[in-house]
Amino acid sequence: MSVIEARYLRKEFTVRVKAGRLRRVKRTVAAVDGVDLLVERGEMLGYIGPNGAGKSTTLKMLTGVLTPTSGEVRVCGLRPVPERTRLALRIGVVFGQRSQLWWDLPLRDSFDLLRHVYRVPADAHAARLRRCRDLLDLDGFLDTPVRQLSLGQRMRGELTAALLHGPEVLFLDEPTIGLDVVSKQAVRGFLGELGRVGDTTLVLTTHDLADIERLCRRLVVIDHGRVVHDGTIAALHDRYGSRRLVVADLDAALPEPPELPGAPLRGVEADGHRLVFALESTGAAEVVAALAGLATLRDISIVEPDIEEVVARLYGRGEGPLVDASGAAP
Amino acid sequence: MLPRQRPPGRPRPPSGRLAAYWALLGAQARSQAAYRTSFVVDLVGNVGATVLDVITVLVIFGVTRELGGFTFRETLLMVGLSACAFAIADLLVGNVERLPRYVRTGLFDAVLLRPLGALPQLLLMDLPLRKLSRAVFGLAVLVVAVGSAGIDWTPGRVALVLIAPLAGVVFFGSVFVATATVSFYWTESGELANSITYGGKDFTSYPVTVFDGWFRAAFAYGMGFAFVSYQPALALLGRADPLGLPAWAGWAAPAVALVAAALAATAWRVGVRHYRSTGS
Repeated sequence: MSVIEARYLRKEFTVRVKAGRLRRVKRTVAAVDGVDLLVERGEMLGYIGPNGAGKSTTLKMLTGVLTPTSGEVRVCGLRPVPERTRLALRIGVVFGQRSQLWWDLPLRDSFDLLRHVYRVPADAHAARLRRCRDLLDLDGFLDTPVRQLSLGQRMRGELTAALLHGPEVLFLDEPTIGLDVVSKQAVRGFLGELGRVGDTTLVLTTHDLADIERLCRRLVVIDHGRVVHDGTIAALHDRYGSRRLVVADLDAALPEPPELPGAPLRGVEADGHRLVFALESTGAAEVVAALAGLATLRDISIVEPDIEEVVARLYGRGEGPLVDASGAAP
Repeated sequence: MLPRQRPPGRPRPPSGRLAAYWALLGAQARSQAAYRTSFVVDLVGNVGATVLDVITVLVIFGVTRELGGFTFRETLLMVGLSACAFAIADLLVGNVERLPRYVRTGLFDAVLLRPLGALPQLLLMDLPLRKLSRAVFGLAVLVVAVGSAGIDWTPGRVALVLIAPLAGVVFFGSVFVATATVSFYWTESGELANSITYGGKDFTSYPVTVFDGWFRAAFAYGMGFAFVSYQPALALLGRADPLGLPAWAGWAAPAVALVAAALAATAWRVGVRHYRSTGS
């Protein structure tokens, strides 16, 4: 059984649009427009899309905050809205721009309160808290009121708060938004550890694609409320022809650009001193070996394809669902 | 990585839930203690509104001997019933007035993500302990009014004097909840809610006979505010209703309160389903 099952999930909002000076016309807008999603236990799923694509709305329907207009949803086998409180015991949620903590109380008190709210046995609570304290380095600010914490500290607190009841699924909405580099690293490292060791299922929405590359094998891209890609990051690159690049710096420019089988030349820079090849159907080693036979190499580097570029191309073309079945994760 | 402790999905014993609510209340008390001085100031300031209610009635009876056919002592009984019920309801449920802010800022999301009822959480998370003073004062007004009204005590009237304020609390609480749910549909709904709750409260401080026409029909019987203080006071005093309702109308207060509570609960449930959340 999948941990998350959504079938033709749809959420409509009615908005009033100005039409003329006083008249307002009701219009129905589908924020989420028929999303199908199956997530297996232990999977780490990146759920991305441009602003207003329907990411947060989907997450809110999966967590029981919003009632879907139509479609089927099950999370941990429960219907999120009718069985909201039972589901809440089994999922954890971190909304980067909302807080689950008590503003005026020390972080430690919030954690203790959550133990009561989630009815967690004291020993299990203590064990999880100890683990989070170590991994997220909380000890320096456990006794500080939440309102005095820095954003990075607060986010580490939020993560802990969401995990103290041992949730089966962790939903993260923009967990690294506004964080500095060090805090981002800390959060990513922690989530990576969580994904590696446990069987916690992770659903992550973000605008920072580095989060996805570090953490998620599977990527679901949503635009205009529809899924436009569902598969591995590699499958996404395949589909849009983005390739790893080999950049070779030569001692002397070649008289004419070389032709290497399976690795077309993408660019000539620095007066022919730098050549860029795309790895289409051959490996980096073959390209380097072939080049070494033609010229003296000063430096070689391999550039990973830029996921941002691919995703940027994907955004804005959401005319219809283009689910890539072949690339879908198992 | 983090040990899990139980087979999923097994319902918890209700005691666990109560303990959770109790913990939330404790947190609220501690949060407010962080602002001690302003807490004391609020505690004193909150008595003011009820004092004003009593003074208003005193002033009115300074210029007239009867109000809508009722003497000062009879009217004071209505004031006492109304003030006591409203102050306690305001202490326990009045907080739901903050719902529009919760909805607008998205804080309501956090409420829905916890494994507890949304309404109890909302009430407990911000329980205004500073309104405690007003509830105590309201009760004092009621005790004085009952003592000085010259009631001809029967067992039934003893029961009624205990039940009527409770029914009033339930009734005002329902009004608070029902009017607040409007903000699920319309975020800037605070003024409308206030005009009904506070308007209704003022309405119950006077004999219904003072009012007239459609206004009386709507507030007294349409919305049921007559059953908070006016009808129970008539029953306690043993007076016939000048407006013609039978003597048992005073005893209908709990039933009216329960109907109001059922309607409010339904409005709340439907409202939560319509919650739109905000932004991302």
